[in-house]
Amino acid sequence: MTDVTVINEVTTDTGLSREVLMNLGPQHPSTHGVLRLLLQMDGEIIERVEPHIGLLHRGTEKLFESFTYTQIFPLTDRLDYLCPPSNNLGYALAVEALLGIKAPERAQYIRVIMAELSRISGHLLITGALPMDVGAMTSLLYTMRDREMVMDLMEMISGVRMHTSFCRVGGVREDLPEGCAARILEFCDIFAARISDYETLLENNRIFLARVENIGTITGEDAIALGLSGPNLRASGVDWDIRRDEPYEIYDQLEFEVITRDDGDCYDRWKCRVDEMRESLRMIRQCVRQMPEGDILIDDPKIAFPVDKDLLAHSMETHIHHFELAAYGFKVPKGEVYTAIEAPKGELGYYLISDGSEKPFRLKVRAPSFVNLQALTERTTNIKYLADVIAMLGSLDPVMGEVDK
Amino acid sequence: MENVLSLVPVLIKMAIVVGVLLLLPLPLTWLERKIAAHIQQRPGPMRVGWHGLLQPLADAIKLLTKEDHIPAEADRMLFSIAPVVALVPPFLVFVAIPIGDPIQMFGTEIALSISDLNVGLLFILAVSGIGVFGTILAGWASNSKYAVLGSLRSIAQMISYEIPMGFSVIGVVMLAGSMQLSQIVSSQQGLWNVVVQPIGFFVFFVSGLAEAQRIPFDLPEAEGDLGAGYHTEYSGIRFSLFMLAEYLVVVVLAFLNVLLFFGGWLGGPAFLPATIWLLLKVGFFIWVFMWLRFTFPRYRYDQLMAIGWKLLLPLSLLNILVSGFVML
Repeated sequence: MTDVTVINEVTTDTGLSREVLMNLGPQHPSTHGVLRLLLQMDGEIIERVEPHIGLLHRGTEKLFESFTYTQIFPLTDRLDYLCPPSNNLGYALAVEALLGIKAPERAQYIRVIMAELSRISGHLLITGALPMDVGAMTSLLYTMRDREMVMDLMEMISGVRMHTSFCRVGGVREDLPEGCAARILEFCDIFAARISDYETLLENNRIFLARVENIGTITGEDAIALGLSGPNLRASGVDWDIRRDEPYEIYDQLEFEVITRDDGDCYDRWKCRVDEMRESLRMIRQCVRQMPEGDILIDDPKIAFPVDKDLLAHSMETHIHHFELAAYGFKVPKGEVYTAIEAPKGELGYYLISDGSEKPFRLKVRAPSFVNLQALTERTTNIKYLADVIAMLGSLDPVMGEVDK
Repeated sequence: MENVLSLVPVLIKMAIVVGVLLLLPLPLTWLERKIAAHIQQRPGPMRVGWHGLLQPLADAIKLLTKEDHIPAEADRMLFSIAPVVALVPPFLVFVAIPIGDPIQMFGTEIALSISDLNVGLLFILAVSGIGVFGTILAGWASNSKYAVLGSLRSIAQMISYEIPMGFSVIGVVMLAGSMQLSQIVSSQQGLWNVVVQPIGFFVFFVSGLAEAQRIPFDLPEAEGDLGAGYHTEYSGIRFSLFMLAEYLVVVVLAFLNVLLFFGGWLGGPAFLPATIWLLLKVGFFIWVFMWLRFTFPRYRYDQLMAIGWKLLLPLSLLNILVSGFVML
């Protein structure tokens, strides 16, 4: 064997111990994308973990600046690609805040339904992927099967399975298709039973518990200090959910519980997400029931296309507005705004600076995964072995599309 | 001349065993993929042949025609030898495995094993212990940190689990009063060892899983953390030799479980030939191994060690103690 770069020699009472560096990823089955971890290891024991990011960098934030406000929606889809409707929603809220408008109520309901559906889709991946990271391959196939139902719903609503781009500034693109509400409720019924299946399958599995319980514990204070958000924060016992504490859209009209757990270990982060899917189902059911009839797009010809497409054929003015909008986009008044929503991964913030033109001067994304990934260090307690790093990474549930932007 | 003639049946038997064992992994891979697929609610291979029956052939062609890559920094000789070292022991083990009582053919008595050694069990345990060298060499020669970690885990795991495995069969040997596998089987006339030696069976089964590096003990090749473990750097034909060895070890284990604890070829319905009955049992165990693989997560390295030394070893010692007392 040729030389291995030994970076640290430690003499212990059992003899000379040589620490080596190991690259985990970017091409690795368990790094959930193209994350590269630099591990300093003494045999199986982890001395240092250093996440290296940037391998999926696409310059999204710079691209934002050369796109009109409507053209930006597809770019936001590709941040956290597991839940595009949430990303769309957060961005739409930022622009709407600067414009000083609000989407019609029906549109808000549709947005929330899609955001919660996408939360289920995002959480389903981790529900199956964490057990897969610790060796139980089958669970991922089960959750993927159920995620397929969410995908079908997305396709029914928007015509696209993943990158829906369904939001518009001032509303949504289209109304729900006929029969969609019934399909959504049907999904809720089927899926509620499936969640219990996963719980019985994994919660009583001693091997699974041995791999995730008391591993990678983060205390509430540490979680706040690290800036964690979303299920990762709530699993550490911090009761904070933007949907409840700073409600946007129609979340204040919905009844739901904010799930918190006490220990902040890998199991709690996993379990927190499983329980959140139940709450999402509850919210979706309420939304479908409470949803009022009405417009789905704001009635402002300078910002949104006309809802009544017939007008295009009869009204010259509508036609001109339509052309202007399609060709140049709309102008957003000068100003700065930060809006944050509770995306599946945590606090998804958009900091928008407008110089009064059709394109944002700067649009900064506060991506939850990027911040959450910081928790993956050797300083986190109870990470000792190589296999724990994998479990920890899996339970933090980062999406690299969002981390690198 | 007489001596040469007596070699003929042995040579024929060896040819049969080698031929069958070389071809056996083909249907086994298909079976494993199908079992996995049905557990996971998907159809599995469906395109090549009826229900994907020819898929293993397609896989074999793919593996054989792939580039046989050796990493630049690898130890070329050890790298090439390692898969062979891993493959030979499972073949050797079958020398001592009988598949039925001797039969009368062409006026002579023909034993249904290549050689029914009087220390058969010892031979099997010893030979299957050599298999770990293939893993060690593969990991070492690859000159990759993943592979080295995989083989390190493998060494520790093999050593830890060979001990309870060896102890767990002592109870069986005490009952039969022999290490000859055919004697062990015939000692189970009427009552299978699994009834008399439940703890022994448990320890043997679990440490067997660990020896074969199957989930939940597949740490040497844990794809979750090590990519592919000791055979990370292998491709093409050499990789398929490792796969072949892996499947054969499963077959060996299934045979041992049946012969030692489930009465071998005894106890079947009258219309079934004894050998077929034995193979049915073996098939059942192979299925159990595959079933487990797609049901369980994987233990962590330290947990694996703890189970071996703190649970299985005391259990197997206790088993010997209790068996001894009862027999006295």
